[in-house]
Amino acid sequence: MENAVLHVADVHKSFGGLHALSDIDLQVMEGTTHAIIGPNGAGKSTLLNVCIGRLAPDSGAVVFDGEVITGKKPYEINQMGVVRVFQTPEIFPDLTLLQNVLVPAFAKHDGAFRFNAVKSLQDRKDIAEEAELWLGDVGLAAKKDLVASSLSRGDKRRLELAMGLVQRPRLLLLDEPTAGMSRHDTNSTVDLLKKIKERGMTKVIIEHDMHVVFSLADRITVLAQGQIIADGTPDEVKGNPKVQEAYLGGAHL
Amino acid sequence: MTRLSRQDSLFLLLVVFLTLATPILLQPFPEGSSLAQFNAGYPDLMQRFAIYGIFAMGFNILFGLTGYLSFGHAAFLGVGSYSVVWMYKLLGFNVVPGLILAVITSGIFALLIGYISLRRSGIYFSILTLAFAQMSYNLAYSVFTPLTNGETGLQVYGKDPQYLMGPNSPNSPHFFGLAMIDSVKLHLAGWEFTFNIGYYFTAVIAIIAFYIALRIFRSPFGLMLRAIKTNRTRLDYSGVNTRPYMLTAFVISGMYAGLAGGLLAAMDPLAGAERMQWTASGEVVLMTILGGAGTLMGPILGAGFIKYFENIFSKINESVLHDWFGWLPHGVQDFVVAVINPFVGEGWHLTLGLIFVLVVVFLPGGIMEGFQRIWKAFGRKSVDSSAQTELNPAE
Ligand SMILES: Nc1ncnc2c1ncn2[C@@H]1O[C@H](COP(=O)(O)OP(=O)(O)OP(=O)(O)O)[C@@H](O)[C@H]1O
Ligand SMILES: [Mg+2]
Repeated sequence: MENAVLHVADVHKSFGGLHALSDIDLQVMEGTTHAIIGPNGAGKSTLLNVCIGRLAPDSGAVVFDGEVITGKKPYEINQMGVVRVFQTPEIFPDLTLLQNVLVPAFAKHDGAFRFNAVKSLQDRKDIAEEAELWLGDVGLAAKKDLVASSLSRGDKRRLELAMGLVQRPRLLLLDEPTAGMSRHDTNSTVDLLKKIKERGMTKVIIEHDMHVVFSLADRITVLAQGQIIADGTPDEVKGNPKVQEAYLGGAHL
Repeated sequence: MTRLSRQDSLFLLLVVFLTLATPILLQPFPEGSSLAQFNAGYPDLMQRFAIYGIFAMGFNILFGLTGYLSFGHAAFLGVGSYSVVWMYKLLGFNVVPGLILAVITSGIFALLIGYISLRRSGIYFSILTLAFAQMSYNLAYSVFTPLTNGETGLQVYGKDPQYLMGPNSPNSPHFFGLAMIDSVKLHLAGWEFTFNIGYYFTAVIAIIAFYIALRIFRSPFGLMLRAIKTNRTRLDYSGVNTRPYMLTAFVISGMYAGLAGGLLAAMDPLAGAERMQWTASGEVVLMTILGGAGTLMGPILGAGFIKYFENIFSKINESVLHDWFGWLPHGVQDFVVAVINPFVGEGWHLTLGLIFVLVVVFLPGGIMEGFQRIWKAFGRKSVDSSAQTELNPAE
C-alpha cells in the first residue's frame, strides 16, 4: 500500500479579495512524481509557498510524513527533508557556484546551526565532492569557480536544481525547473529528473511544458483560479474536457 | 587539528614576519634627517597599529563577512579597557587576568546587545547598535560611576588592594614581570630602532587573533556568514537557522573589540568613557572600508593607515612646510605653504576624508583592491584574492 508523503489538507489562502487557493486537498504518494499544472496565476507557486512555510494558509494545514508542518519555520521544514527549487532563481549571487551548493550541503550535514569554525572547508572533502558531483550532474562542473551572478538565466536554474538535489530531500518541490532553458538543456534536465526518480525521491513538479510533464509525471493535478479542477493519471487528465477548456481554451493536449 | 592550505601558510608566515619586523620596517629614515618625522617605529604608535588592527579584524568578521554594519563597537572597546584596569586595581599590574576578563565581559556585553539588535537588519540594526553604544557611554558617566569613576576615568591608586602584587612586581603593566614600557634600543649607523616589550606582547596577540580570523574565514562557519551577506532569505529555505550564526559572529567581533580595548589599557593603565563614543565606533568602520571589507589583510592595513595619519600627518605644521619648500622663491613659497597647510597638522582629518572619498569612489574594495589591481597589472595573482573569492576546498 502506498502512503502519502505530503498531504495538503483543505488549504485556503487569499490575498485581499483574491482567492489564490481555495479548498485545496492534495496527496503526494511516496516515490512518485506529481505534476501540478495550470494557467498563469492559478496559484501553483502559492501552493508551494504554503508547503515550505513561506506563507501561512488562512485555514487548513500541510502534513508531511504524518506531522503537521504548518506553522513551522522554513528552515525547520527544510531540515525535515522538504526542499524547494525556486521558479525565479534564489541563489547566492556573490558566491561561487561551488559555494552556492556547499551551503545547502553543510546545512544537510551539520544541521540548522553549528559553530563549525575549527575545521576548514578543505577538511570536509566528502561534502565538497558531493557538491561537485551534483554540479556535474546539472552540467555546471566546469563553471564551479565562477561567481554565480555571472551565469545566464538558464544556468542559474540548473544551479538552483543542484542546490536542491545536494540535500537529497525526502520531498523535492520543483517550480518550473526548465523555464528559461534551451531545448537541449531542458532535455538533459528531464533525463536528470528521471534518474533521480529511479533512486526513489518523491517530487512535486510545476511545469508549463507538456512534453516535460508527460515524460515525468505519475499523477497530475490541474489548478485553475485557485481550485483543483482535475486530478488523476496523465491519461485521465489528458482526456478531461474541463481541463482542456480551462487550461488550453479548448485546444487538444 | 587541521592544516592550512599551502597558500594560507605562506600568507600567515608573511604576516608574522611583517609584524615582528615592524620596529625596523617602520623606521626607514635615519635619525636627524629631514624625513625622520615620517618614521613610525616608536613603541606607542606601533602598539596602536597592532591594537587597532585587532579591533578592525574583529569588526571585519561581522561587517566584512555578513554585511551587518555595527555602529556601536566602541562600547566593547571601552568594556575591555575598564575590565583590565579593574584587574590592575584588584589583583596587580600583570595584564593577563585583565585581558582574560576583558574578552569575557565584552563577549557577554556583545551577547546582550547583539541579541536585541539582531532582531532588525540594515539601517535599523546599525541604529540599534549605535543607540546601545551611546547609552553605555552615557551610563559610564552617570549610573555606573562607581565602576567607571566617571569623568576622571578609571585608574590605579595607591590605596587599591592589588592582592597579587609581590614586593618585586613592576609598578606598571607587565607580563609576568616583563614591564610593557621596557625597550631595547639599537643604534645602527644613523638609524635608531626600538624593540619594546609592550609592542612585542601586543604583536604576538595580534598574530594569534589573525590566525583565528583566518580559520574563521576558511571554515564552513565563515561560508555561512558570507552567504548571509549575499542572500539571507535563501538560507532559510536551505535549512539554515541564520540567527545563531549572526549572533555568534557579533559576539566574536565584540570579543575582538574587548581584547583591543584591554590592550589599550595594557599600554597605558587608564580607562575613560570617551573610548566608547560614537566617533570611535565610526573610526573602525572607516578602517575596515578603507582597507577593504571582507578581505583578511584590508582592515589591518586600514587601521595602520588611519593611525599613521592621526599620529604622523598631524605633526606637520607650518614651520615644517616652510622648511620643505625653502628652496622656492619667497612669494611662491608662501603661496604653496598656504595651499597645503589646511590639509596637514590639524587638518589631517580633511586629507583623510578626501582619501576616503577617493577610495570609495574609485576602489570600492579599498586598499586591497588597489593592491590586487597592481598585482594583476604585473600578471600575477595576489595572495589575499583567495580571501575574497576562492574558498575552493578541492585545492
Ligand atoms: N504575496 C502575494 N501577495 C499578493 N498576491 C499574490 C502574492 N503571491 C501571489 N499572488 C497572486 O496570487 C495568484 C496566484 O499566484 P501564483 O504565483 O501562485 O500563480 P502561479 O500559478 O504560480 O502562476 P505562474 O504560472 O505565472 O507562475 C496571482 O494572481 C498572484 O498575483
Ligand atoms: Mg509560479
